[in-house]
Amino acid sequence: MSSVGDGDGGQRHVLAVDDSSVDRAVIAGILRSSKLRVTAVDSGKRALELLGLEKKDVSMIITDYWMPEMTGYELLKRVKESSELKEIPVVIMSSENVPNRITRCLEEGAEEFLLKPIRPSDVSRVCSRVLK
Amino acid sequence: MALASHRHISSCLCSIHSSLCYSTRPEMERSSLQRQLANLKKSLFDQGNLDEQFDQLEELQDDASPNFVEEVVTLFFRDSSRLVANIEQAIEKSPRDYGSLDALVHQLKDSASSIGAAKMMKECTVFREYCDKRNLEGCLRSFQKVKKEHSTLRLKLENYFQLLRQVGPAEKATRSGN
Repeated sequence: MSSVGDGDGGQRHVLAVDDSSVDRAVIAGILRSSKLRVTAVDSGKRALELLGLEKKDVSMIITDYWMPEMTGYELLKRVKESSELKEIPVVIMSSENVPNRITRCLEEGAEEFLLKPIRPSDVSRVCSRVLK
Repeated sequence: MALASHRHISSCLCSIHSSLCYSTRPEMERSSLQRQLANLKKSLFDQGNLDEQFDQLEELQDDASPNFVEEVVTLFFRDSSRLVANIEQAIEKSPRDYGSLDALVHQLKDSASSIGAAKMMKECTVFREYCDKRNLEGCLRSFQKVKKEHSTLRLKLENYFQLLRQVGPAEKATRSGN
């Protein structure tokens, strides 16, 4: 059983989804410093395309909530509704602390709901729990 | 004979003097630059332009990504300049769509929070409150403040990264060793 950062063979792959280029860069930077392999995309649509191709490879999805066209919640639903993808843990990020939103995401199967700005400590906490 | 040796001694002293200057001047310049850098950073925090999120980003820098913060900040100014221009258009449009205006300011605020641009975040929050109340006066006033802080921050951070480049990687090693 390999742990996070166990060399290239055991290196976990995280898919980050955010329409903001600044936030993508920040979340990618945080994940890479935890020795994770990161692919960052700017929309739910692109995320699903990638998941269609590399689903076995993705260990976790971390997505922004508010995105044009497809929200993080909608992406979460699509993942959880797919027999092939539903096992992949999904973490939602949002700059707004809206209790209903948080509850809905958790009920839909999100692992965790993180408030932005995302701190490295938030991410390592989630990763050590989710990426066993 | 004496004259020749005197000249010889003088030239020895000259070369010793110049080699001393050669080794101490860069060091003196470097500590002066380090001081400037420390002062600039302190002022950015004391004056509330930046908050701890910026520190968190600096801690992520390592050999694998030595320019991480500058890259993120560059992305921020690229995005935020675009958003400021869009806000400018939206605010002048008639009739005003406060919903779209609010959405733009929201994006700007989120971006600012990701790099720790605290003052910009605060000004955006006030701006959004005026959008909510459809208070045009208030929107215009707070937008001026947002633009001002945007320019100030850009200037200060440009100086900051320029100083960092001049001081060089040793500075980072010193800081992390403290």
